[in-house]
Formats: sequence, C-alpha cells, structure tokens
Amino acid sequence: MAVGSVPLRYRITIDRDRCMECGRCVENCPYGTFRWEGDRIVVDSRNCTACHRCIAMCPRDAISLAEYPCDYRSHPLWTRDAREAIYNQARSGKIILAGMGNVQPLPPIFDSLLLDACQVTNPSIDPLREPMELRTYIGKKPSKLEFSRTPDGDVDLRTELTPNLMLETPIMIGHMSYGAISLNAQLALAKGAHGAGTFLGTGEGGMHPAIFPYQDNMIVQVASGRFGVDVDYLNRGAAIEIKIGQGAKPGIGGHLPGEKVCADVSCTRMIPMGSDAISPAPHHDIYSIEDLAQLVRSLKEATEWKKPVFVKIAAVHNVAAIAAGIARSSADAVVVDGFRGGTGAAPKVFRDHVGIPIEAAISAVDQKLRNQGVRNEISVVASGGIRNAADVTKAIALGADAVYIGTAALVAMGCRVCGNCYRGLCPWGIATQRPDLVARLDPEKEGEHVANLIHAWTMEVSELMGAAGINAIESLRGNRDRLRGYLLDEGMLKVLDVKPVGA
Amino acid sequence: MVLRIDATGLHYTPLNRQVRAAVRDGETEIVIDNVLGQRFIADGLCGEVRITVNGVPGGDLGMFMRGPTVIVNGNADHAPGNTMDGGTIIIHGSAGDAVAHSMRGGRVFVRDDIGYRGGIHMKEYEEKRPCLVVGGSARSYLGEYMAGGIVLLLRLGDTGPFVERGIASGIHGGEVYIRGEVDPGCLAIGAKVLPLDEERRARIRPLIEEFCRYFGEDPAPLIAADYTRIGPASARPFAGKYVWE
Repeated sequence: MAVGSVPLRYRITIDRDRCMECGRCVENCPYGTFRWEGDRIVVDSRNCTACHRCIAMCPRDAISLAEYPCDYRSHPLWTRDAREAIYNQARSGKIILAGMGNVQPLPPIFDSLLLDACQVTNPSIDPLREPMELRTYIGKKPSKLEFSRTPDGDVDLRTELTPNLMLETPIMIGHMSYGAISLNAQLALAKGAHGAGTFLGTGEGGMHPAIFPYQDNMIVQVASGRFGVDVDYLNRGAAIEIKIGQGAKPGIGGHLPGEKVCADVSCTRMIPMGSDAISPAPHHDIYSIEDLAQLVRSLKEATEWKKPVFVKIAAVHNVAAIAAGIARSSADAVVVDGFRGGTGAAPKVFRDHVGIPIEAAISAVDQKLRNQGVRNEISVVASGGIRNAADVTKAIALGADAVYIGTAALVAMGCRVCGNCYRGLCPWGIATQRPDLVARLDPEKEGEHVANLIHAWTMEVSELMGAAGINAIESLRGNRDRLRGYLLDEGMLKVLDVKPVGA
Repeated sequence: MVLRIDATGLHYTPLNRQVRAAVRDGETEIVIDNVLGQRFIADGLCGEVRITVNGVPGGDLGMFMRGPTVIVNGNADHAPGNTMDGGTIIIHGSAGDAVAHSMRGGRVFVRDDIGYRGGIHMKEYEEKRPCLVVGGSARSYLGEYMAGGIVLLLRLGDTGPFVERGIASGIHGGEVYIRGEVDPGCLAIGAKVLPLDEERRARIRPLIEEFCRYFGEDPAPLIAADYTRIGPASARPFAGKYVWE
C-alpha cells in the first residue's frame, strides 16, 4: 500500500505503579484498546477514540490519555486532518462519514457577543426576590386580542387562540432518533424533559412504546422517509415537526444502515429488520413553498388542528427568505439549525463546510420576519451548537423564542464528544444499540442529570436577565440592545443588527 | 342509510369535520357530491366506512388514512394515498404526481394514468404490504426509493415498450411490475430486471382481478400478459458509498 498506515491519534498510558490489573478498562472499552496478555493488561492506542470510558471507570486513576503529537512536517495548509483524509480516500475511493458537529476551528460568534448588565440608573433585578418569567409559549400568537362583555359584566375573549406548547424554560431538547441513539438514552432525555417542564423531539425514527408515558413532552418528527409515521404517532405528539434540513448536513437526507435496524428499531420505524432506512434529501411531496404549506395543513387536518406544526430547516445562505415562506405556510414555529449542529453520521465534507452559523441565521430570520410584519405569526427556535446558558440568552436576544439543545444534553448523560457515534459502539450507551452497552446508561439517573442541566441553565438565564434589568423572557426576545459585538467586523455587526462594544 | 354531503363551496376543514363526525356517529356509507378541488378528504380518517367522492378531489386524498374505502368518480389531484396506513382508494379517472407516496399499507387503484413519482418511497412492515395498481401509464421516477410493497402498471391500450425514465431509482425493497417491455435505459441506479416466475405471477393476479372488478375490464388477457418485474439490485444501495473518518 503506497500510503501505509497513519500515526495514531491518541496515546493511552497505564501507570503501572497505580494499576491493580482489575480489568475494568478491558471490559469497558468496546473499541479494543485494552486486552489481557497473560495476567497483564496491554494497550493498543491505535484503537482509542478518546471516549474516556476507561479513565472514568478506572478505580485507581491509573490511565492517562494524550493527543499523540503529529509527526508530519508542520504546514499551515496541509494539516494532519487534510492529509489523513486524502490518505483515507486514496485508499477507499469513498465519501468520509463523521459524527457529532463541525470540527473546523472557526470562532463561535456567540463568544464575540457580550451581554449587558445594569449599574446605577436602571438597577438590575434580583431573581431571588423578584418574580422572573421564563415561561415560553411556542406557536402562533394573534396580532391582537378581541374581547366582548357578557350581560353580567364579565369579559370574554373573542379571539380564537391556536394551540401552543407551554415550556417552563426556553430550552428544549432537539430531535435525536431511536436508532441514532439508544432507547435508554432517549428515555433519559424524555425523563429529563418531563422533569424540567419542557419538550424533546423523537427524531425521524418513530416512537417506541417505552416513550409513550412521556408522549405529552414529545415533538414527533415527520421526515422525508416518513418512518414510523401513522395517525397514532401524529396524535401522540404534543407537536409535530416537519424536518426539511439539519444543521450538520444541510441539503442531504438521512441514512440509517440496515445493520442498525434491529428488531426494536424496525418496529418503531415500521420497516423490515435489516432494511436500510433511507430518508432522501427532499420530501417527495414538497417541491415548493406551496407544497410545504400543503404538508403543514395535511398534518393539521389529520390531527384536527389540535397540534402546533414546526418546520425545521438548516441555516443556509438564504435562510431568512425561506423562513418568511414558512411563516406563511400555516406552520406554528420555524426551527433553524446552525452549522454546528451535531449528528450521528454525516459526510465529513458537509458537516464541516455546508451551512452558516446559527447566530447570523437567527438574527437574519428575526429581522426579515419583523420587517415583513409576520414575526408574531410564528415562533422561532434556534439550535446547533448551544453550549451554555450564555449561548441560550444570546440566541434569544438575537431573536429566538427558544432553543433546542442536542450535544449538550448528551454530554449531561456522559457523552465525551469523541465523534464516533456512527460506529454504533458508544461506550456510554448513548449512540449504540448493542444491548451490553445500552445497559450502561441508567435512564433514571441520566434523566435527572439532563433535568439538572436544564434547571441550572434556566437559573443562569434568569440571573443574566436580571442583571440586564429584564424580568420576562419576552422582553429579552430580539432585544439586541442587550448585546454588543466585540472583535466583529462591520458586515457581521450589520447582519446581527448589533452595535459594537462602547457604542 | 347513506349520508350525503354537498361540498359546493365548502372549505376542506368543515368538509372533513362533517365526514369525521359522521364516522364517529357510526355512519358506514357517505357520498360527497360536487367536490371541486377540496384537499385532504379522509386525511387521517380511521374506521370502516365507504366514501364516494363525486367530482375532483384536491391533493393528499386519504393521507394517513387507516381503514376507509374511498371511491372517486372523477380524476384526483396529486398524492392520493400519501403515507396511507390502510384501506382502499379507487379512482375512476387519472391522478396527479406522487400517487401513493410513502404508502405504508392498503391499496390504491387508478383506472387511467398517473403523473410523476408514482409509488415513491412506498414501504412495508409485517402484514402491511401496500400496493398501487394503475390501468394506464405513469410518468418518470415510478417506484423511486421504494422500500416495500408492489406497484403494478397495466398500460391498457399501450403496446410499445415503456420509455419513461428514472424507474425505481434508489429502490431497496418491494417490486414494480410493468406490462410489456421496458426500455433498459429507463431503469435507474439501484434497479434491476428480475425473472418473473409463476410465484410472482400468482402474486399479481389477485390485484389484476380486483382492478378489473372495479373498472369493468376483462381480466383474462391481463393475467396472461407478459410483465417486466423490477426490483432492487441490492437491499443496501448505499452500502459501498461511505468510509469512516
């Protein structure tokens, strides 16, 4: 072979003075990094994915992991990644699949946006003693309310309100399907969402009966493959989401390989076992914004107009115009998924190079909808790379009603973002269907962790709001005056509609 | 007792509400007169009921439907049987694009022609094996991305080879039967002509007979005719496309 093998990526070392040869590392690593040779544990660092399972399970802290120093000639353009991808494709002639989100070293715009805090003339609010309103309603709002008086002097609301989702926090959990993640992982997310008074998405894999007790917290997804979609599924969800695009892979469909379609996954997707589950890029009944409106309305008709319908799109160049079209399609919410959104598997070239940042997309969408006078007709949900409560607050200040978190919720359950989800061997029991690995994740305990994370971030959002002199999330939404741009160019400030620091 | 609904000037939502209310009240025979483009008729409707549609229904007729029989005395717009779960749709005329799109169960019979993307992404699961039977012809991308079920194209009155392109691209389950010859250049990536043995002939025979019963055709020549059977070249059309990071 002309290119030979490439250097290892990580180096695992066992401190022999500390190791007591208990073998937990051997048992815990599904990638085969550790093995017994006689009564001694030996290491094959080449198999390591930096998932950290061995380190977390070692009772003696005897294992250490380091990124292996790259021994290529240093070059600013021909990086190790660039060269190794070429070696891989020269050998295979295939498209490289990768997991999790974009790995390009692009600076997150969130980190260049700074939040405001009150000082003397307009004092900040103390959330400990002042009520802070974080309850969020996702769905259409009427442009005005009309009332009438009854003969006995009461006031009746005459405006017919459309169904909304009521969230106790502006944080929801995005769509991760059973198939991409394990049932225990989805169950933990469902318990977490239930505990935090919020919602999570089923993904495009249908709904497993084990999730039924949490169906009031579930947003059911309708993707182009229509897997698991029947009228019972639609009626179970608290809301329905049409997936058009996804931040990790805008413009392409989904594909769950046949070997992952086990008996249970086959049952929720309603396809034969071992069959590929292919969701092509377009929905075959949507070739225009009018067709999208037709699908939105068909879902509403099927569920007798009792469910809000979301439309999820990837953040792309013309996202604001697309969202404006969606706003006129009878949809109740548009979900915009930025280019840092995670995934179980995506072609690496898409994951790293297609789409735009969520910060710019959400601001552009909010501005366009406001300029067109239709912002009240639709809620906006931002997702794709939300890492902490500051990102949540900034996304809302840029114009989102709420956010979806994905990777953050997985990290709360143990995920180490090793990016090997597509291999189906997740040592934390998240992105796997292997029963012994799935059993490692305790839905009760991890559900609590997820709920804790959402509670903690919600408290932080409320503190940040208080500091900015705001006591209701509605006053934060699209409130760009609470943001300033630091080290952002003029063009970006214009897109974000944010003033520079000092202004 | 037959319930008659006059759809003149009626928007689809009140029309569907009337149909739903009637089914809830135990009505088993409903006739909707003067249908003129109302979409979503019987959308998400469950139950054992026979609905006769007099006129031309709009898109997504019987979408997500489970159980009813819908008979259309006229043409139908696009996507009748879209993501349908069970039941029967019989169209005495032609239908538009994406007929039986992602259909999961039940049967759709169209007397005349259908548009583009017929039977696209039809799928099957356990006892649910959907079928689409078309008396006339179909346009391109027939059976594209099919993952299960049967598409049967009878091409009544047509004796030349079938020349619409993009047949069954990305097919990874199910079968397409087309009466007569098919131009090999029209088969798309992933599709393959498979032998038509007696077992397969026996499989389509009841569908031919049912079609002929609905539309008053003679089944004998159709049963005896030659069909081109098209199926997936592989159950894993994309298995060789990817390599890991």
